[in-house]
Amino acid sequence: MTPNDSGSPVQQVRWLDKTAVVDVAGEIDLSTSTHFQHDLLKVLDKSPKRVVVNLSGVSYMDSSGVASLVKLLSRVRRGACSLRLFGLTDRVRGVFEITRLDTVFEIYATEQEALA
Amino acid sequence: MTPTASRPIRLSIYSMPSHLPVVRAAVEKACRQAGFDEEAAASVVLSVDEALTNIIRHAYKGADDQQIDVELELLGPRGCEGLLVRLRDYGDQVDPSQIKPRDLDDVRPGGLGVHIMKECMDTVRFTPAKGGGTLLTMIKRISVKQEAGK
Repeated sequence: MTPNDSGSPVQQVRWLDKTAVVDVAGEIDLSTSTHFQHDLLKVLDKSPKRVVVNLSGVSYMDSSGVASLVKLLSRVRRGACSLRLFGLTDRVRGVFEITRLDTVFEIYATEQEALA
Repeated sequence: MTPTASRPIRLSIYSMPSHLPVVRAAVEKACRQAGFDEEAAASVVLSVDEALTNIIRHAYKGADDQQIDVELELLGPRGCEGLLVRLRDYGDQVDPSQIKPRDLDDVRPGGLGVHIMKECMDTVRFTPAKGGGTLLTMIKRISVKQEAGK
C-alpha cells in the first residue's frame, strides 16, 4: 500500500466501539508527515477511548513520523484516552529504539494484543 | 582499466521533500555495495534522511528550489570498509558548536535528527563550507561485530 489520494499514509480508520484503529501504510518522512499528523489528530475529534495505530504497512519512518506520534500521544494524555501501537517492522522499531521512545509508547506485536 | 571502487557517487538534488526517497534508495544501494548488513544500512539511510530533512527545514527554511549535493564514497581499497557521506548545502551557516543533540528525557516532537545521526554514525562533522553553506561529513564503518558474523 502507498499513501492515499490526499498524500497521507493513513489508509483508513476502523471503529470498534470506542476504539479507533488507524491503519497506516507507506513511507513516513518529511513529505508525508504533515498529512500523517493531521489525520492522526483528526481521529481525536470523535472522542475515542482508545487509539490503536497499525504500523504494519509502514516500510519507512523517520523522526518526523515519530514526532507526529509524540504529538498524538501528548494530546491523548490530556484527555481520558490511551494510545497503543502495533505491527512495527524491525526498521521502524529501530527508530523508536534509537530515540528511546520505545519505552514511552505502549507497543504490541499484533492487533489482537493491542486490543486486549 | 583501474578499479573504481573509491570513486564517489555524486547526486545533486533540490531541497524538495519528494527527492528524499530517491536519495534513500541510492544510499541503501551504496550500503549494500559496501557490505553493510540490513541493520547498519538502515541506520545509515535514516541518518542521511535526517540530515537532509534538517538542511531543508533549517538551512533553507523550507524553500524547495535550493541545491543540495550528496556524495557517497565506499571506504577502503576494495570499497568494503565502510561508507563516507558528504552533504553540502548553500544555505544559512550555523555555528557547528551550536549543533547538539537534545535531551531525550524531554518527550516532545522534533529535534531528534542530530541525536539519530550521532547515535547511528561513527563520525558526524559539521564544517562551514567555503563560499557559504555547510558541509556535513558522516562516516559509518563496517563493525567488528558484523565482520565476525560473516
